[in-house]
Amino acid sequence: MPADKAIKGIGHRVIDAVWRIGKASRFFFLALLYSGSGFRRFHLIIKELFSTGVMSLIIIIVAGLFVGMVLGLQGYETLKRYGSESALGGMVALSLVRELGPVMAALLFASRAGSAMTAEIGLMKATEQISAMEMMAVNPIARIVAPRFWAGVISMPLLAAMFSAVGVFGGYFVGVVQIGVDEGSFWSQMQAAVDFREDILNGVIKSFVFGIVVTVIALFEGYDAPPTAEGVSGATTRTVVTSSLAILMLDFVLTAIMFRGS
Amino acid sequence: MTFPKGKLIAIMGLSGCGKTTLLRHIGGVLKPTSGYVKIDGQLTSELDQDGLYAMRRKMGMLFQFGALFTDMSVYDNVAFQMREHTDLPEELIHYMVLMKLHAVGLRGTHNLMPSELSGGMARRVALARSVALDPMLILYDEPFAGLDPISLTVVGDLICRLNDSLGATSIVVTHDIQESLKIVDYVYFMANGVIVAEGTPGEIRASEKDFVHQFVHGEMDGPMPFHYPGGSYRQDLNLGA
Repeated sequence: MPADKAIKGIGHRVIDAVWRIGKASRFFFLALLYSGSGFRRFHLIIKELFSTGVMSLIIIIVAGLFVGMVLGLQGYETLKRYGSESALGGMVALSLVRELGPVMAALLFASRAGSAMTAEIGLMKATEQISAMEMMAVNPIARIVAPRFWAGVISMPLLAAMFSAVGVFGGYFVGVVQIGVDEGSFWSQMQAAVDFREDILNGVIKSFVFGIVVTVIALFEGYDAPPTAEGVSGATTRTVVTSSLAILMLDFVLTAIMFRGS
Repeated sequence: MTFPKGKLIAIMGLSGCGKTTLLRHIGGVLKPTSGYVKIDGQLTSELDQDGLYAMRRKMGMLFQFGALFTDMSVYDNVAFQMREHTDLPEELIHYMVLMKLHAVGLRGTHNLMPSELSGGMARRVALARSVALDPMLILYDEPFAGLDPISLTVVGDLICRLNDSLGATSIVVTHDIQESLKIVDYVYFMANGVIVAEGTPGEIRASEKDFVHQFVHGEMDGPMPFHYPGGSYRQDLNLGA
């Protein structure tokens, strides 16, 4: 019966999904458990900070600049209708620090650094490097996963801050330099509108949460990938898709908790 | 199966007969559902993770394609275990790494990355890495696979010399009957997960057992079929029963 098959298929998928969530949670717990020995190898965290954080800077800066410029342009056009062009600075800054900075930086981070982490660990598994490490009595979670996890968690808020800062300058360039909004009102409106705890701190908390989620997904997908070319490519795709959806979903949840009624 | 101290023993058989699974049991990666693996008086199935890691520190393993860490140089690959498991000063590690690489004839490659090595060279560096801490037991998973005749002889000779100089026990899982019979002390033949024949290289060469004869002489006809079991050829080609 086709309906029977369809129900069975759905059931299998649900069971698989629950299994994978369980495995990923256990993996996250192990990454935290072995973080102590990961921190003892601090040079590895520094190395990973460079490859995940520093190497993502270019894409973050360029994307932040253009997003800020678009915000400046679109914001000016909208605010002009209500005669509130002077509020452009506040609008650009609030959009960036509350939403676009953490979310866009996390999406870019998932595509650039997350996919690279998955592919690297997946290939290490396919070429038996992880088995070799286990046979050499070195725990791969402590040696490979924990340093990358902390590098991702530390990098993410810094990249989001960089995205927002560059975005503000993009908005300034279009709004003030190109269109001619008053420079004084641009900065003073921004200063008046943005609250450190309410806006900036909440934005940092968001990016910190995104950092944990994206890094755990990327590392887990790599570690759990079937050791074949097809397996690694599928895991890399899943990292980008799952991370992106998780970021957008979590963004809604966090926004609802943080900014409801403010 | 028993692997006496100081001996070089080969485990042979067709692909899928359970050789690598056996190696994984010896390394403690898999736990036996029946039977046991005892190394140096310890049952591997009774060890927790710390116990397993302590046991593995006394082991070395050469993987089929070397499994060198691709983000580290040849030098760092060989130094890896020394840095992870000992408090030796970097100066002493430097001497030891160069000595290990010299033993496999690749001292000159210490600055190279694994991607710059040929398959045979990578296997030799992996061999140097696997004996970095002078293990009492060395496991070799298909050490001769995919090597040219010269590299094959070099790797075979190295396995033999390292076993003698370290006084270690070596277990070689391989298909390469001719090369292994030259260097090993004893051979086990496996099929479908069980031992079907065993003996010294001389006994194996002289064996009249069908299985051993077919394997040693590489014959197509014998107890091991060439074709994977399937339905009727005529039926598969739609030519009737």
